[in-house]
Amino acid sequence: MIVTVNHTTTYHYDAVMRGAVQSLRLFPSQFDGQKTLEWSVEVANGIRGGAFRDGAGDRVEGWSVRGPLSEVSVIVSGRVETKDLTGVLRGHREIVVPEAYLRETTPTRANVALADLARSAAAGGGNALERAHRLSEAIAGAIVYRPGVTHAHTTAAEALELGEGVCQDHAHALIACARVLDLPARYISGYLYATEDGSMHEAAHAWAEIFVEGLGWVGFDAANTCCSDERYIRLGSGFDAQDAAPIRGIAQGIGAETMDVTVALGATQQ
Amino acid sequence: MAIPYFNEMYQNDQVRPLYARLEDWTRAMPAELRQMKQAEAEALFRRIGITFAVYGEGGDPDRLIPFDMFPRVFTQTEWRKLERGIKQRARALNAFLLDVYGRGEIIRAGRIPARLVYQNEAYERAVAGFVPPRGVYSHIVGIDLVRTGPEDFFVLEDNCRTPSGVSYMLENREIMMRMFPALFRENRIEPVDGYPDLLRRTLASVAPAKCEGEPTVVILTPGHFNSAYYEHSFLADLMGVELVEGADLFVEAGFVWMRTTQGPRRVDVIYRRIDDAFLDPLCFRPDSMLGIAGLMDVYRSGGVSICSAPGAGVADDKAIYTYVPEMIRFYLGEEPVLQNVPTWQCGKSDDLKYVLENMTELVVKEVHGSGGYGMLVGPRATKAEIAAFRDRVAAKPGNYIAQPTLALSTTPTFVEQGIAPRHVDLRPYCLVGERIELVPGGLTRVALTEGSLVVNSSQGGGVKDTWVLAE
Amino acid sequence: MLSRTADNLFWIARYMERAETMARLLEVGARIALMPSAGDGYRNEWDSLLRASGTAAGFAAKYGDPVQRNIESYLFFDRDNPSSVASCIEQARENGRIVRTALTTQVWDALSTASQELRQLERCERSSLELSQLTEWTMRQTAMVRGAIDTTQLRNDGYDFLGLGYALERADNTARLLDVKYYVLLPRVEFIGSGLDNYQWQTLLRALSAHRAFHWAYGGDITAGKIAHFLVLNPQCPRSLLTAIGAAMGHLDRLSRGYGHSTEAQARARVILGELGELAVEDVFDEGLHEFLTRFIREVGDLSGLVQGAYLSGEAR
Repeated sequence: MIVTVNHTTTYHYDAVMRGAVQSLRLFPSQFDGQKTLEWSVEVANGIRGGAFRDGAGDRVEGWSVRGPLSEVSVIVSGRVETKDLTGVLRGHREIVVPEAYLRETTPTRANVALADLARSAAAGGGNALERAHRLSEAIAGAIVYRPGVTHAHTTAAEALELGEGVCQDHAHALIACARVLDLPARYISGYLYATEDGSMHEAAHAWAEIFVEGLGWVGFDAANTCCSDERYIRLGSGFDAQDAAPIRGIAQGIGAETMDVTVALGATQQ
Repeated sequence: MAIPYFNEMYQNDQVRPLYARLEDWTRAMPAELRQMKQAEAEALFRRIGITFAVYGEGGDPDRLIPFDMFPRVFTQTEWRKLERGIKQRARALNAFLLDVYGRGEIIRAGRIPARLVYQNEAYERAVAGFVPPRGVYSHIVGIDLVRTGPEDFFVLEDNCRTPSGVSYMLENREIMMRMFPALFRENRIEPVDGYPDLLRRTLASVAPAKCEGEPTVVILTPGHFNSAYYEHSFLADLMGVELVEGADLFVEAGFVWMRTTQGPRRVDVIYRRIDDAFLDPLCFRPDSMLGIAGLMDVYRSGGVSICSAPGAGVADDKAIYTYVPEMIRFYLGEEPVLQNVPTWQCGKSDDLKYVLENMTELVVKEVHGSGGYGMLVGPRATKAEIAAFRDRVAAKPGNYIAQPTLALSTTPTFVEQGIAPRHVDLRPYCLVGERIELVPGGLTRVALTEGSLVVNSSQGGGVKDTWVLAE
Repeated sequence: MLSRTADNLFWIARYMERAETMARLLEVGARIALMPSAGDGYRNEWDSLLRASGTAAGFAAKYGDPVQRNIESYLFFDRDNPSSVASCIEQARENGRIVRTALTTQVWDALSTASQELRQLERCERSSLELSQLTEWTMRQTAMVRGAIDTTQLRNDGYDFLGLGYALERADNTARLLDVKYYVLLPRVEFIGSGLDNYQWQTLLRALSAHRAFHWAYGGDITAGKIAHFLVLNPQCPRSLLTAIGAAMGHLDRLSRGYGHSTEAQARARVILGELGELAVEDVFDEGLHEFLTRFIREVGDLSGLVQGAYLSGEAR
């Protein structure tokens, strides 16, 4: 599938700011399931800074914008050819070892409820891959997709207690549960192209990857109870949503920030 | 239980030859003169502004660390062994850091458990795969040593991040030379005043590849409220480099710049005296006001060097400490020159059992603690203190290690009544850049309270000048 | 040099100069209060002082009525008053500590000593301290610091930022002191030329340590015209506006030469200096002394802002 992406994020400030600095992880991952045909990332009026590929294989680019400014726009556009690898991250080069992803963070800390959920899902036995699938299904059952009830800092434990949430909450909960079972897990940010209407997600999407011995990293989207396939474009990874954020930025000044995002995906079947 | 302490000056009631002249010196010094000199030293310290403030203790913000005028002395032979051991350790620690952020050979070889490294709080995933200039992560390695006998030195802990106290090493010497010039004529003492220059050269030697011409080095301080601010400004002054705060720096076009009266000036090497967590709000703590937004992107893309490198802390963790001798064998193919103190990991169940049963005999430390806090000296603790500590260890065993109570050596120290033995340790500062350098000396800390084994300045410790005699 | 370092140096100088002015104001007030009252009694003079020093609102909120002892406390010791002598000295010392390495040992010693002695003064029984002791002590400390700067600091850009701080603060302070006398202390026109008027002028000159200098320079009776000339236009008077702006110009010129380029600050200083150079004392009175001083104070404030923007803020490109 060839997926086209047009993604613009604009930050507005209610006061004049002295400048802004951003760290962008907005580039499609390089692995057998994705081939970048065209890709461009621009910050309006920005100055491109250092760029590198980090230990997890993600490309990162620094940007800065000189003030005075009252908004910052990040414009992403491009085309990616995708292939369904049933979630397996094949041919991805990275140096961080899977064990590093056993560390818990605040949003992915497992409380008793998450640990119970993980253990009961795993109780049926089977290999790591089967257990991972059952975890993903269990989370989908326990947290119903509903936008607007959770926020950026909601933890996995809070989302489970609420029983509702969005893709970020599903991913956090899945990571927390996988770690309970000693399976390394991480947060993935990217895009999802929706084929049918009314599917439960937004185009800017997030899911989780679980490390399965023998297979490597496998993408699980608990929000849609499936593995990441040709509809998914993978951008970057991290311990949790904040760590894997595609845009991290800071503006100097006292203004309050609001954000507008528009994402348009299109696809042509080959 | 009386532990036989090694007295560095007297052995079998005889003065060891290296202290002979100092004995004559003290004999010839009447009490009044001593008091006068002590007051003079204090006035000098206060004048230069060398003070030490402990967070949250309140009281005098300009408190001095007590200075003891009685120097501590090493022979050339003793020092050479220490030097070999310290440099060896600094090499191994750096090899370890480069390895664990690279292929992790030592872990694949099964010599260190993966969990201890990769789930360590100090392991920075953000720098995995990055090779800093010259492959050095820890540029200033402070190694805390104690002595228990004529030939017996133990490493108490390694400090790979930003070991402090070197200004005292320099100032103690400066003040001793000013007050007792005759002593320096009579004894041939190796100089330490080359340290700032060596430090500057070490830092300049790890400038990033993108640096053109003479590298611009700066020291990054958390600010003038920090207890070590004096040291930061002292070192900046002696090295002739700018002392900057986070707000003085900004990131643009892949480089770090400092704000000067003549516009932005590019910075190549940052000797930072702030923790990883505060370096870059985009990468670590979003709430940090101290850091420089975007710094890590510049660092990772080779636009600036940071010393010590972010992530260096994984090597000086107290749980990793146990494995340093193993690192020396693994990376260098050598046997360790300096010994580790035997250490029980409370995270291991056998060790935990032993520790809980023998707490009165042991020193128990928090893995991430420093400055003598979160620490129990079993033989000197009350029953209640031990009971309270036992509960804490039992609750989170992985956070604690234990070591036998070492018979720390003593050196003569001026006290109210005259001269008395007091326990000491030693922190030399090893510099790692293009070369590995060690100035002959270090910071001797002394526990001024009779019988005390805690030398930390925050707990009533003082400092002494440390001499290495020339051949 | 780091902009922050320059900024701290600039403020060391401003705070020390401001501490001195506060002490001088206190002295003016104390002397005038010794006189038989002109209007509503001594309270009136003290009130004027508070207004002149820009601290009236803060004082009223804390103490209410202007009673001499309270005013002394407020203007000298009170850390809640950012312009008190104590606040200024502590601020200067703290700024000094931040840029310790940009100062010579002598300058640091002088700042440090001022701060240590201040703490001793604060521990003294208040009733055992005469106001004159406090003001003299302040003059001595500020002179020590200034002397140490002049005799020991390297003549680099840091020296110029110290110098600029002193010059701009002094220009502002002299204008304010003069304004107090003319506008605040003697608001009623029928007192002009009276014995009281004369006495107040003399007191002001004394407070500026310019009493004898004035007589040497002008001789004869003290008149408003002579005083205004002395404090505004006389290049011999160390506190005149002309001298202060001239000094600022000198430092700005040195900076532009050293840095190889000039900024808006140099241009603006040149305009102010040019105007003062052309001015006759009659022009000042034609405009109205108070109006002239108000405008001058604003211009000096603008110049300070330009110096800030060009060198101290770190925003320079």
